[in-house]
Amino acid sequence: MVMQISVFVPNKAGQLAKITGILMEAGVNIRALTVSETSDYGILRMIVSDPEKAQEALQGNFLVDQTDVIACEMKDEPGSLHEIASVLGDAGINIEYLYAFVGKSDQAILILRIENKMRSKAIDVLAGASIKIYDSEEIYTM
Amino acid sequence: MADQVRYWNKEIETMPRTKLQDLQVRRFKELIKRCYTKVKHYKEKFDELGITPDDFQTLDDLSKFPITVKTDLRDNYPFGMFAEPLSNIVRIHASSGTTGKPTVVGYTKHDIDDVWTECMARGLVAGGVKKGDVVQNAYGYGLFTGGLGFHYGCERVGASVIPISGGNTDRQVMLFQDFGSTVLTCTPSFAAYLGELIKQQNVDPSQIKLHTGIFGAEFWTENMREKLETLFSGLNESGTFRALDVYGLSEIAGPGVSNDCIFKHGLHVWEDHFFPEIIDSSTHEAVAPGESGELVFSTITKEGIPLIRYDTKDISSLEYEKCECGRTCVRHAKITGRTDDMMKIKGINVFPSQIEFVLMKIPGVAEHYEIVVERDILDKIKVRVELTPETFSDQMSELEGLKSTIEKEMYNTLQINVNVELVPPNTIPRSVGKAKRVIDLRTET
Repeated sequence: MVMQISVFVPNKAGQLAKITGILMEAGVNIRALTVSETSDYGILRMIVSDPEKAQEALQGNFLVDQTDVIACEMKDEPGSLHEIASVLGDAGINIEYLYAFVGKSDQAILILRIENKMRSKAIDVLAGASIKIYDSEEIYTM
Repeated sequence: MADQVRYWNKEIETMPRTKLQDLQVRRFKELIKRCYTKVKHYKEKFDELGITPDDFQTLDDLSKFPITVKTDLRDNYPFGMFAEPLSNIVRIHASSGTTGKPTVVGYTKHDIDDVWTECMARGLVAGGVKKGDVVQNAYGYGLFTGGLGFHYGCERVGASVIPISGGNTDRQVMLFQDFGSTVLTCTPSFAAYLGELIKQQNVDPSQIKLHTGIFGAEFWTENMREKLETLFSGLNESGTFRALDVYGLSEIAGPGVSNDCIFKHGLHVWEDHFFPEIIDSSTHEAVAPGESGELVFSTITKEGIPLIRYDTKDISSLEYEKCECGRTCVRHAKITGRTDDMMKIKGINVFPSQIEFVLMKIPGVAEHYEIVVERDILDKIKVRVELTPETFSDQMSELEGLKSTIEKEMYNTLQINVNVELVPPNTIPRSVGKAKRVIDLRTET
């Protein structure tokens, strides 16, 4: 199970630097990140090398939570996101949010957040469509 | 926690009302005479209105007498309202002069011993405090009446009082554990802060013996009471906690003018010393029984600075039915605000207490909040609300859902649009005394 770190970030100058500074001090590497925002605040979502350590380091200064997400392989070519989205859509599984990053080879990695009760079904249908699902160690140490 | 009803002065506290009224009339006559002969302000006022002390014969005559207001004290700064020479005054207190000069009050030995400390003792005992309790008194000591008022009241009932005063937050938490404090006395906002600190420091509940908090010096709602009781009962050894309200103001005496008893059915006014009325804020006429308006007190036994019909501007109502605890003295409802605190937002009257009422009924909302009023052509009101680990979610939809729930509830209660800003924990300045909840950025036009 891949754990994502989510941080509540007030929308003002210097906040991201504060977070990255704390992670740097803790020796935590960021693999991927995405931010969704309103005019007042944002939620920073990250895949990091050590979620436990990251949470511990950030906790005193920020609201932090861990959420389990699915990390699957996506070929770095046209149509591959479409394939994954179709497999899930056909199975009636709703994606709450997603983001992607390019790994070391020519593969892209897609991070999917699926509501908890549909999570195992999502893993089944993805595996059924021969889509590779990463385990946490592969992602954290990538 | 034993629910046993105890009294400090049973005879007075349970006196039949007719007998109490006879006592009040006798004392009122003395008060009015004292004011007329010893205080220039009252002599002039009476003469101007063509009344004399003889015009008071029954409590119904009270409406003939003028209301006293805060500016009367300011205009006679510093000692002009005193009825005794300074040589008979043993203590002087002053209120925080947020606008202009402070208001100054003086006490004779009788005022301290027989009035203020006596009433404080009754209130403490009504709230279940007794000899053997360790009271951590976190009201400010100084010109403010909170610290010393509680201090002498606690000593009178034989409790062990720790005069720690306000602030000193880490030491407060240390002493809860080291001294085994059983009662906390401070403002409700400071109590919320201290509770949060105990929680943050993961103090072992077996080390926290607090069973009662007596909170005052700022208005707070029933919903805040519930929050504080839940918070502290989750932190202490017994798993139960009682949050009680205390009311007072320096002009009348200080804290202890009225107090919750353990049943929390309204604050008992010690009306053999402080005679309450409720008046309409615009007409200054008495309101119908049970209706709310401005709370007015006459200090019928005080010598230092005796006041006739002093308008507190605090909004409440009176209940004369005998309480479950057996006390016959009148109770006033929890103060819902001050007419001075009223904000006019786009022409609509809004009280900070209404905002607190809405916030505190929403699960997961922290005890800390701030109200910001701005004017950008139109008035805008924003409430800053702290998120908690329980309300935080990685999903925008949930956070936005919380925000819109609060905004909807605000609209239902206030009939105006309130913008809610979600902020991280510990963003809103913590109060170590009286909380400053409202920031009004509007410039006078």
